[in-house]
Amino acid sequence: MTALLTVEGLTKAYPGVVANDHVSFEIAEGEVHALLGENGAGKSTLVKMIYGLVQPDSGRMTLRAAPYAPPEPSAARRAGVAMVFQHFSLFDALSVAENIALGMETPPPMRRLAGQIREVSETYGLPLNPDRLVGDLSAGERQRVEIIRCLLQDPRVLIMDEPTSVLTPQEVDILFATLRKLAAEGTAILYISHKLEEIRTLCDRATVLRLGRVVESCNPREKTAAELAEMMVGAKLATPSRAGSAPGAPVLEVSGLSLPSPNPFGTSLRDISFTVRAGEILGIGGVAGNGQDELLDAISGEAPVAPDTVRLHGQAIGALGPSLRRRIAVLAAPEERLGHAAAPDMSLTENAMLTAAIRQGLATRGFLKWPAARAFAEKVIDTFDVRTPGPGNAARSLSGGNLQKFVIGREVLQRPEVLVVNQPTWGVDASAAAAIRQSLLDLAEAGTAVVVISQDLDELMEISDRFAALNEGRLSAPRPAKGLSLEEIGLMMGGAHGMEVAHVAE
Amino acid sequence: MDLSAIDPVILIASLMVASTPILLAATGELIVEKSGVLNLGVEGMMITGAICGFAASVQTGSPALGFLAAIIGGAALSMIFGLLTQVLMSNQVATGLALTLFGLGLSALIGQGYAGMKPPPTRPLDLGVLSDLPVIGKIVFSHDAMVYVSLALVALVWAFLRYTRAGLILRAVGESHEAAHALGYKVVRIRLMAIGFGGAMAGLGGAYLSLIRVPQWTEGMTAGAGWIALALVVFASWRPWRLLLGAYLFGGITVLQLNLQAAGVAVPAEFLSATPYLVTILVLVLMSADRSRAALHAPADLGKTFHASS
Repeated sequence: MTALLTVEGLTKAYPGVVANDHVSFEIAEGEVHALLGENGAGKSTLVKMIYGLVQPDSGRMTLRAAPYAPPEPSAARRAGVAMVFQHFSLFDALSVAENIALGMETPPPMRRLAGQIREVSETYGLPLNPDRLVGDLSAGERQRVEIIRCLLQDPRVLIMDEPTSVLTPQEVDILFATLRKLAAEGTAILYISHKLEEIRTLCDRATVLRLGRVVESCNPREKTAAELAEMMVGAKLATPSRAGSAPGAPVLEVSGLSLPSPNPFGTSLRDISFTVRAGEILGIGGVAGNGQDELLDAISGEAPVAPDTVRLHGQAIGALGPSLRRRIAVLAAPEERLGHAAAPDMSLTENAMLTAAIRQGLATRGFLKWPAARAFAEKVIDTFDVRTPGPGNAARSLSGGNLQKFVIGREVLQRPEVLVVNQPTWGVDASAAAAIRQSLLDLAEAGTAVVVISQDLDELMEISDRFAALNEGRLSAPRPAKGLSLEEIGLMMGGAHGMEVAHVAE
Repeated sequence: MDLSAIDPVILIASLMVASTPILLAATGELIVEKSGVLNLGVEGMMITGAICGFAASVQTGSPALGFLAAIIGGAALSMIFGLLTQVLMSNQVATGLALTLFGLGLSALIGQGYAGMKPPPTRPLDLGVLSDLPVIGKIVFSHDAMVYVSLALVALVWAFLRYTRAGLILRAVGESHEAAHALGYKVVRIRLMAIGFGGAMAGLGGAYLSLIRVPQWTEGMTAGAGWIALALVVFASWRPWRLLLGAYLFGGITVLQLNLQAAGVAVPAEFLSATPYLVTILVLVLMSADRSRAALHAPADLGKTFHASS
């Protein structure tokens, strides 16, 4: 095998942190190469340097034995390097064809481009209508737009940053078939993911990064997922566990809940019904953008709904706002840490005050009790091992995992009867994620009805008692999580959304 | 009251003239907002253009050089806004308001000594037979060149946004600067160019006021035309042809109001002056009520500060 792309001693430092420290590896033609590492290990910085978005401080790269140092992404694209972004680089209000044209160096006239899009999308089994607005597409379809944008440029090296985090299991299978076909045609694929089982199925080699350094290079098929995880983290991981007790009486009942979406590209909730018992965790899966945010809003009270559709112990609470619901111990931790769950520029004490004032009695007759709020914030920090100099620090200054521990801990310590969390461990490193999951399990053990909305299926299978999936604003009937197969879950999530398997055979 | 004193032909003809300044300024602001920048300083750039154009044409005796100076003056002022908001990342709303105040003051300073003077006259284009046509000739073919230039610019902007790659990139930057940056487009550079174009167009609109419509120099002579232009962009929901429609509608209200007053109709002038804003508020309310499609043409990243984090 000849090396197509080599990376030698690449170093990039940001103020206060070395994102990449002498990183070296190489990819051969037709190889699917995994880049493994926790959040903050430097994977994103590395691929941004390969794609020309960030310039390395030192080190060098070669592409097909010629020196390669793209000053900007368009140079990388001309050299045959294409990238599919983790957070899609797409424009909602533009059509599929316009989006694709924006990612190409010399796009043909729109009508010819539309024809090419149809052609390529059929060859690879990724049907796509060039005239549709991207904002109307599902997450899986959006990713197809990104992939076809890359394919139209006939790339030699294809970088994929966390491509499967928004796909159903069936869509993942189709994506993998497409990638294998590409690899068979000689394209080198650099594949970033933290889903270890996927890497073991798909990739030929893996380079493991930890704190900006290459710590290991191996064939992932010869390792177990646990071994790979330990390479990433550098320590053994504790799996969350629970004693397991019978759930009690129904606490939260949602029946016939419908809610029109407040923004043009959002999802409306349609006729959602479920019940959560005391001491039970209901896991709600589904691809992003299928109504997760809206469902959390409806339960937390941010979006008031018809009174009868949400009940707590049989009492209609649908029309109550968030403060009134907090008073009766219905609490929530939304997905977006900075700006929704926490006010970024306010201190942890102030953030503690914001949601805990009612239940912790931190305010009397409109006056705030700062010492009590500070004590509560400190209690959250101690109990949940939040790494921060103190409660006076701004929420923004905390790392994702630490802030998430604080946000979840703040609600858990308020003794909720119902707790709804959305994406509790999104972008959180493995050890913090384990701690958060354990705290949710402990909370359920103590009798709280917990609803966990997440896109991480492994997480949901690990902690939920029952599982349901959101698909286009509808919720499937909840089923016991134990014994559910990945395929059944995929079908609950809406299957492959009209994709077909790529014509792999040449 | 004598409504027969209002001649519909003259009314429509003067409506086109009355609308041209706000049409020019609004066309510029449309491009600025499509790139995701909210420049509230249109009024300041207009009045700066008005005095720059006036002074230059009085000094040189040429209206054409006057319009050129207005373009340069408006664009130069907008670059202050561009520098502050795009490079130094100041708040766009506050900076735009400051730019209006600064423009009003600056123009008064430059304009000392120009009050009461007459600029060199701009003659209507001689379109030969066309101008002699009954009714149509009077309404459509009896204007000065700038009226036709403003119409051509609307068409150009429409075609630019719809058919050119540069227009697509501009819309992309306004829609999501993060995504545009990830694809390697120079967000700040593109926005600075859009801001400069907006400034030039506002300057042109201002000069049309001081050189043709009024024509003389008085302090604060734009009298809110810049704000109407801003309102117009929203009214038109960021679409060029609707902009033209809206400009003629708002211009028509202005002209009608003068005519009605002359005819002695007892509609308070203040009410009629407020109409454009009332209509704009109504449009905004309708847009936010119909959440599905109407909001689609609004640039999603309008007014947001872009910081290249990587």
